[in-house]
Amino acid sequence: MLEIRNLHAKVGGKEILRGIDLTINRGEVHAIMGPNGSGKSTLAHVLAGRETFEVTEGEVIYEGKSLLEMPPEQRAREGLFLAFQYPVEIPGVSNMYLLKAGLNAIRKHQGLEELDAVEFLALVKERMKLVDMDQSLMSRSVNEGFSGGEKKRNEILQMAVLDPKLAILDETDSGLDIDALRIVANGINTLRHPERAIMLVTHYQRILDYVVPDRVHVLHNGRIVRSGGKELAVELEAKGYGWLEGEANRAQPAVS
Amino acid sequence: MVAVTDEKQPYLASFDRLERQRPRPSWIDPIRRSAIERFDELGFPTTRQEEWRRTSLAALTRIPFEPPDAGRGAPDAAPLPLGAVLDGADPGSRLVFINGRLARQLSSVRGLPAGAWLGSLAEAAEEHRGLVEPHLARHAPAAPFVALNTAFLDEGAFLFLPKDTILAEPVHLVFFSVSGARPTVTHPRTLVVAEAASQARIVETYAGDGVYFTNAVTEIVLGENAVLDHHKLQDENRSAFHIATVQARVERSGSFSSHSMSIGGALVRNDLNAVLEAEGADCSLDGLFLAGSGQHVDNHTAIDHVRPHGTSRELYKGILGAGGRGVFDGKIVVRKDAQKTDAMQVNRNLLLSDDALIDTKPQLEIYNNDVKCKHAATIGRLDDSSVFYLRSRGIDEKAARLLLLRAFASEVIGRVKLDRMRSRLEGAVTALLSEAERVGRAS
Repeated sequence: MLEIRNLHAKVGGKEILRGIDLTINRGEVHAIMGPNGSGKSTLAHVLAGRETFEVTEGEVIYEGKSLLEMPPEQRAREGLFLAFQYPVEIPGVSNMYLLKAGLNAIRKHQGLEELDAVEFLALVKERMKLVDMDQSLMSRSVNEGFSGGEKKRNEILQMAVLDPKLAILDETDSGLDIDALRIVANGINTLRHPERAIMLVTHYQRILDYVVPDRVHVLHNGRIVRSGGKELAVELEAKGYGWLEGEANRAQPAVS
Repeated sequence: MVAVTDEKQPYLASFDRLERQRPRPSWIDPIRRSAIERFDELGFPTTRQEEWRRTSLAALTRIPFEPPDAGRGAPDAAPLPLGAVLDGADPGSRLVFINGRLARQLSSVRGLPAGAWLGSLAEAAEEHRGLVEPHLARHAPAAPFVALNTAFLDEGAFLFLPKDTILAEPVHLVFFSVSGARPTVTHPRTLVVAEAASQARIVETYAGDGVYFTNAVTEIVLGENAVLDHHKLQDENRSAFHIATVQARVERSGSFSSHSMSIGGALVRNDLNAVLEAEGADCSLDGLFLAGSGQHVDNHTAIDHVRPHGTSRELYKGILGAGGRGVFDGKIVVRKDAQKTDAMQVNRNLLLSDDALIDTKPQLEIYNNDVKCKHAATIGRLDDSSVFYLRSRGIDEKAARLLLLRAFASEVIGRVKLDRMRSRLEGAVTALLSEAERVGRAS
């Protein structure tokens, strides 16, 4: 479904991604872990099309198409979804409006009939149960005045409504208390599907107790320095990220 | 100062000519005469004066505007662009002025309670002198353009609401200008006297066709506990000049709300002064101003808290497109006796282009220490991370930018309780964004 080849990206002249190779198949959950500044969020945003980052080398094939050539909205319409680490507050635009406009743009692109207000409302109500969200939040402005946990749950709700093929969750678990973490993890698990791939970018191992990944990758200095099964996350939890320095130094000659 | 004399000369000459042509004397004549003397003495403001520092009148004074042909009555049929303006007006009573003259065929007054009066100010001045004389030209400041307006006071509009009168429907005053062979100047004058515990909604619309100059003055007097919701839609032609003063005086526990919407014109200056004259008076001033290529829009507001327990809320939003120029100058004065004043002023501006410019200047003058006063001014662009967030949800870039822009304006537009006016405003916001994007948006 997603094939990243030798991806390099920089921001403001500083190279953040320095040769990422990664393949994700449909139905799989991949965890991307790594310390602060390793390039996790950059990778998530580059895949979603954030123009702040400049891709200098490499390619990304998504469903047989070149992802990097598509504008962000087209990526979304082709089924890619990014849950933001810091969801943006948009005063004056209601959650409901955003979701409906987004969903119908995606459905139209995919040759499906647009939902009318009644159908849409029914869908949202059903999906809201997943994340235990109060319905009153839907008529409020996007993320405005939401608590940290509400913002994260809202991202998962959007994912549940937009029904993506590839979901990239950028530190959706950060800053959540254990109850909110369970709700978010439960939402993600419910959305696990043989046709859907999930890239779970996380700083902490804890969410992986609830969402068990098929693969775990460790990112350091803009490269994947180790990949393994779910046991790698447990190892990281025990050892921390300190050992990476040596690992990265060893990996360097092989790439450059 | 020969140049200065030249600028005033066409106006002074027109005054003399009109004065000679006037068919019969009126008690207003001495008021007109002293006003033209005042104008002669003051002359046109220059950018050396603080209040006009950001707005040059050079383009205005260069054009020899003339009053519409004397004796020529207003046409009965609406000129084409006026038809569109009238179609876009919300229901209610309406007075239509074409080149300053009341077009009776196009006007209709309905549902007026007993004792209330709506119609020509000139007519009211003669027939109901007792209602007009205590207020006419007694409230607006003796500034050059106000003086000029008073000097050329012609037909005008007058609304009188006796004590306890409540108007269910809004009153529309439409001022439409059409230039003939020469550029035309009109001086629309409105007087609103709302006695104790009366209530009304007023909508002033300014529009026109061609190069012309509208110099408007509105005086509003609100009695005790009276409530007035004042809307102004400045939708002038993009080559027109619009200079206007709205002066509101609010008595005890009276409430004045203003929605000043400025979407047209080439050179626009709006002065809005609210004087909270007595205890517990309240005002709320909302403004939206749009300026695109070749437009300069200057909003000066002044709120004067004279007595205790007054409340004022002010929210002005500016959207400046490619080549657009905006000015916001908001003054709040809290006098020595105005304890427990609660004032808040916010001005937010959005620049859609590198080629847009805004000057914003909040001014607080507080003469006692038992007050709550806050102000904020911001200038920004459409937020890139918000645009990206919307796009990442499948919304295309143009729609995302429009959505954010409308959201920005909606705080002010949403409080306009007139459906057609709201959609006219939304249309203008959309058009400004399209224009900015055509010209090339900021990186």
